[in-house]
Amino acid sequence: MPFEAAYLYTILPELVILITASVVLVVDLYLRDDQKGLNHSLTLVGLVLALASVGLVGGDQTATAFGGAFVRDPMSDLLKGVVIVLTLFTFVYSSNYMRDRDMWVGEYHVLVLFSLLGVMIMISANDFLSMYLGLELLALCLYALVAFDRDSKAGSEAAMKYFVLGSIGTGMLLYGISMLYGATGGIGFGDVAAAVAATGTDDKVLVFGLVFVLIGIAFKFGAVPFHMWMPDVYQGAPAPVVLFLSSAPKVAAFAMAARILLDALPGLLADWGDILIILSVLSMAVGNVVAIAQTNIKRMLAYSTVSHVGFIFFGLLAGTEQGYAAAMFYAVVYGLMAVGAFGVLVMISHKGFEAENLDDLKGLGDRDPWLAAMMTLVMFSMAGVPPMVGFMAKLLVLEAVVNVGLIWLAIVAVVFSIIGAFYYLRVVKMIYFDKPEVMDPVTASGSARIAVSVNGLAILFLGMFPAGLLALCEAAF
Amino acid sequence: MENIYLTIVLAPLAGAIIAGFFGGKIGRTGAHSATIAGVGLSAALSLWVLSRFIWHDQPNFNGPVYTWMVSDGMHFEIGFLVDRLTALMMATVTFVSLMVHLYTIGYMADDAHNWPDGALTGKNSYQRFFSYISLFTFSMLMLVMSNNFMQLFFGWEAVGLVSYLLIGFWSTRESAIFANMKAFLVNRVGDFGFILGIAAIGMYFGSMDYAEVFAKAPEHADTQIAVFGGVSLMTLICILLFIGAMGKSAQVPLHVWLPDSMEGPTPISALIHAATMVTAGIFMVARMSPLFELSTTALSFVLIVGAVTAFFMGLIGLVQNDIKRVVAYSTLSQLGYMTAALGASAYAAGVFHLMTHAFFKALLFLAAGSVIIAMHHDQDIRNMGGLRKVMPITWITALIGSLALIAFPGFSGFFSKDAIIEAVHHSDVFGAGFGWVLLSIGAFVTALYSFRMYYLVFHGQPRMDEHTRSHLHETPWVVTVPLIALAIPSIFIGWYTVEPLLINNWLGDAIYVKPENDTLHVLADHWHGQTAFILHGMAAPPFWLAMGGLALATAIWLVLHRRNPNIDAEILAKAGPVTQVLENKYGFDDFNQKVFAGGGRGLGNMLWSTGDRTLIDGAVVNGSARLVGHLAGILRHLQTGYLYHYAIAMIIGLAGLLTVFVAL
Repeated sequence: MPFEAAYLYTILPELVILITASVVLVVDLYLRDDQKGLNHSLTLVGLVLALASVGLVGGDQTATAFGGAFVRDPMSDLLKGVVIVLTLFTFVYSSNYMRDRDMWVGEYHVLVLFSLLGVMIMISANDFLSMYLGLELLALCLYALVAFDRDSKAGSEAAMKYFVLGSIGTGMLLYGISMLYGATGGIGFGDVAAAVAATGTDDKVLVFGLVFVLIGIAFKFGAVPFHMWMPDVYQGAPAPVVLFLSSAPKVAAFAMAARILLDALPGLLADWGDILIILSVLSMAVGNVVAIAQTNIKRMLAYSTVSHVGFIFFGLLAGTEQGYAAAMFYAVVYGLMAVGAFGVLVMISHKGFEAENLDDLKGLGDRDPWLAAMMTLVMFSMAGVPPMVGFMAKLLVLEAVVNVGLIWLAIVAVVFSIIGAFYYLRVVKMIYFDKPEVMDPVTASGSARIAVSVNGLAILFLGMFPAGLLALCEAAF
Repeated sequence: MENIYLTIVLAPLAGAIIAGFFGGKIGRTGAHSATIAGVGLSAALSLWVLSRFIWHDQPNFNGPVYTWMVSDGMHFEIGFLVDRLTALMMATVTFVSLMVHLYTIGYMADDAHNWPDGALTGKNSYQRFFSYISLFTFSMLMLVMSNNFMQLFFGWEAVGLVSYLLIGFWSTRESAIFANMKAFLVNRVGDFGFILGIAAIGMYFGSMDYAEVFAKAPEHADTQIAVFGGVSLMTLICILLFIGAMGKSAQVPLHVWLPDSMEGPTPISALIHAATMVTAGIFMVARMSPLFELSTTALSFVLIVGAVTAFFMGLIGLVQNDIKRVVAYSTLSQLGYMTAALGASAYAAGVFHLMTHAFFKALLFLAAGSVIIAMHHDQDIRNMGGLRKVMPITWITALIGSLALIAFPGFSGFFSKDAIIEAVHHSDVFGAGFGWVLLSIGAFVTALYSFRMYYLVFHGQPRMDEHTRSHLHETPWVVTVPLIALAIPSIFIGWYTVEPLLINNWLGDAIYVKPENDTLHVLADHWHGQTAFILHGMAAPPFWLAMGGLALATAIWLVLHRRNPNIDAEILAKAGPVTQVLENKYGFDDFNQKVFAGGGRGLGNMLWSTGDRTLIDGAVVNGSARLVGHLAGILRHLQTGYLYHYAIAMIIGLAGLLTVFVAL
């Protein structure tokens, strides 16, 4: 595998992130405590440059690098752009929170940037090895991030659970990959697909490997019954970490599912389609029902994520290009909604006060009408109320499964969405109709306010004008 | 042009948003300045667009501006179709709306008195009112400028919503709440027909776009569908659409809401319930002429409903004593004339009357409002009299409006109404002869009730109490200027537009008439200019009937009334049972109240107590909510917090999937 200089151009966005992370790592050593803001500025500049380089190298054609280990195509362009934007939101939302809690250190930026690098590698992975490397890079950084507040017992406990369960998950993934390698003799997605096409799909070893690989994917998504780490991790980790954890890595999980299932194992659609049906119905049922019983909003949003995962699976299991585009649309939209919801939570927390319980949102409409309006937009969108984009996303995936004749599945999804609407609307009700327990105004920074406005209005805008984003998603398949 | 059309639509919306959401901050002046600026811009541009169509042969515009979604090949879009018909409607709507905006400044100046002390809804009511009427203008423009059925329905419902909000504007009054609920419910009946009609179009044509549907319509001219034992598709669609029009344009038997809607403030009675919204049905049928032309049955239905409304609603106007209700019944009657014109395929005449009526009826309403302001909100014409001396401008303009309404030769209403009666006379559809008789006698009735009101209000001895009389004075300029501005077109617009609209087919391809249905060509064949038309009209029965009505009204309420001020009551008493029937409005209200409202409530109560409370609420809703809650409680406990439980769950999942997909 000879090295070519052109590869560097193909991986330019990843290089920018890597350089930014390294620069922050070194610069941080020379900064006094009151100068840590420079880390933040450097990071934002790096992210914007990375976004620009995604646009620069992007295009309709497909390019591979490192002997086919890495691929850049329209799907990777869009998803990388989205994860970079989500990370930008993460940093803008979290700056005040981290500063107030003495976590405003270079490591935070470095870890998030390396996670992002892992996410981007997963998005562009073209064989099982690079997928696995990207996944591990992401996972290791996330374990550390969850325990970032070293004095928090809950944080350490959450990180421990995440680490152990994550190891089991990746262990299973790796085992599955080795099975697939044994059955097909390749690790490149294209090679595997070709081998499956040549030998047929009757091989039990293939299905055996597939089940293990799917469990790895399901763990990353947090699909039932591989979701149990999520509520505990969401609750224990610092809010800005959850903000990141619930957005970009979920998009990465989608990329992982799309690359492995659609690029490497399209021949096994009949098998993985059925597995995804089981996982999605379980996820919707458990996610929506259990979310109702939660009093901690971070846990509630964790279960809400579980239920959204069911919807993303819908688009994949339909097995049509329209379905894949719908799933991608859903994943992108979900990232935007998650970042908005946790962003508002981070913003209403302040020194000595964590916004964690549903009760903390009571009367937000009186305390800060604009922030309340943005949270309402996000909640409506998650519940799937038109004209918010969440409605469009749900409509598209439902259309995909209806088009392949799985009408019962669509009905199940709609019923659980209605159950789910309850807990989203309850948040809106608390915001506007309940009396606040504390009346202090929200002390969020101006940049965070701008970001949350962009975030909330984007949800509304994309809902009314979905065609552009949808066209990008359709172009990816 | 697209940007100009967008501006015309969006400027009133912007005004409505500013006045509605920021009314408290910008105050009264800010609110009326913002809305008047929005509507003024829209009116100026609309007039400019109309002038382009008249003098510069502006091409039609038909295109989408925003696609909401495409589902199963059907496009759901916001789009504009601007042709001559639309341009005419836009100019009429925005001009009348602008006048009403101005007038409202005067009418609502003392609105604080209309609210009980401390009523929360009374706060910023002035700004809210301006926001509503601007929102109405936006909705109405969306309706008339639409190029597809979905947007038409949106506009249709949006004007209905604003109408509801405005009828019940004084929400602390019981009667206002009753009236707006009634308007809402009756319109629901009509809208149900309307949406069924749209659904039928969607089902058989697979498109919401006017142009596509109209192009495909002839293919379905002979399609039969199997409902009610087989009817023609086009007849069904047209009658369903027309049921929508019956609700909005208050045709018998869905007319009952319009008189009650007078509970709203007078400016909206003028704008919504006389000049514009109620004509939406007329406009819609004219716009759908390519469909209606395919069904003679539907046309005949339209004609008969229109003629019946025109005659019988006019009769009720004779026994009303509330100044606004008299005008309201005359509106019903005139809407009947327009509808009858549509039924006779004289769409251009219907639209022509719509336009002239918009001016003179808005004028009459605003004049009535001016009288009401002067009378300190007493609306009973028995308490008025002799107002011509103290309110000269209101008097003259009201006289002009009344003359236009009774189709006095030369006034705008003459041309339009005469053309309608003439067209119905030449129509061959079933019921046309019957319709012609009703419409002709209707002219007599119109003159009678119009001048009864006119004489009782402006002539004779003043009958108001001393306090009111001492305070009588002409209303301020914001009220009188719109009156004058509306009086001018009320006189002249008929003279200048009759030739292009009816004779030279100015509306062109906006309206489609089958050659064998073309009743207006008779008019065109004998056209020798306006003067000849007037002279010809003066030789026909409707003219003499109208003049007879005018003479009779003069005899009774000007001459005899001077000698015997109780003559009005005496005549009504002598007519005995007839008066009774008219005062009961033929029993429509009682019937609806007892049968539909009572029956609906009875049925509702029954379903509520047995079906809803025990079955649905008890078993299904609370039951399932309790079940879900219970389930959530149980499942929640699976989340123990112990790491090894979580790991076990994963292993069980793995084992399950392996068993199902590998072992089996």
